[in-house]
Amino acid sequence: MTAADQSGWDGPDPDRLYVITRGRSGPSGPGVFDLVTLIVSLAEPTPTLQPEHAAILRLCRSPLSVAEVSAYLELPTSVVTVLLADLLDDGRIEARSAVPRAELPDRALLEAVIHGLQRL
Amino acid sequence: MDFNGSDTVVGPAAEDRLPDSVAMAVKVVIVGGFGVGKTTLVGSVSEIRPLTTEETMTQAGIGVDDPTGVEQKTATTVAMDFGRISIDDKLVLYVFGTPGQERFWFLWNGLFEGALGAVVLVDTRRLEVSFEVIGRLEDRGVPFVVAVNGFPEAPSYALDELRQALDLPPHVPIVPCDARSRESSRDALMTLMRYLYDLAVPAPR
Repeated sequence: MTAADQSGWDGPDPDRLYVITRGRSGPSGPGVFDLVTLIVSLAEPTPTLQPEHAAILRLCRSPLSVAEVSAYLELPTSVVTVLLADLLDDGRIEARSAVPRAELPDRALLEAVIHGLQRL
Repeated sequence: MDFNGSDTVVGPAAEDRLPDSVAMAVKVVIVGGFGVGKTTLVGSVSEIRPLTTEETMTQAGIGVDDPTGVEQKTATTVAMDFGRISIDDKLVLYVFGTPGQERFWFLWNGLFEGALGAVVLVDTRRLEVSFEVIGRLEDRGVPFVVAVNGFPEAPSYALDELRQALDLPPHVPIVPCDARSRESSRDALMTLMRYLYDLAVPAPR
């Protein structure tokens, strides 16, 4: 059994999430952020930043995927991507993109993955 | 689990931090029914303790565009476990486990966008879930291989029977897998990568 077996709200309070994002919802279509887009901080937190934004800047002093940021903050990815978009707009983070969408992976990339797995 | 403020967020342990040289991440998805061993497989291959990310599903979608409707919405969270494998100093592979049942397919949009491919983890006692998953992956054009968890020292004819039962096209690999074993789980991922590699070769004209 995994946590996914449970249904019903067992995460953060929806009202709280609404406050964190100031009522904004995540982008509905394909957005800037994939689950594995790597986020790297370009700035240190400042006292005026919202705590969640500051937390992201601290977490991402070394590269972390959007999924990892979501896991460490214990916030849904849809909320995290809204916060990340704020930070990206302000130039406080860098987003290292995942593989371009709708393209077949090239053989060089797959070769690298195969070699990496062989060492596992 | 309310957000506790920025000072109490526990980030990755020092040894789990990625080097700054990492420039790109790719992902693969492990799909299967409950209890088939997705989480076990992710844990077997991951270099970090598997993490959990949540996504919220809004029932019925009523009032989605109406900010005042938030309180009336019933939300369900679905958790996805994932792990990480550093490929080299520039590339990282993430492995996500996701439930195969139709009611969780809403998760698939963000998940499969840009994914290299999928491993369908099959429970021989509940083939119907795998059947649905395979159909859905084919519809979406996601390349996949099939791994059969806990299949005891399978004779090849049994895998062939399973291939028939799942109505698998002949080119799709099907392999036995022990999700508890790092090596066996790694091999399932390797099967996927080699399959993708073959697909990437331009067909001779």
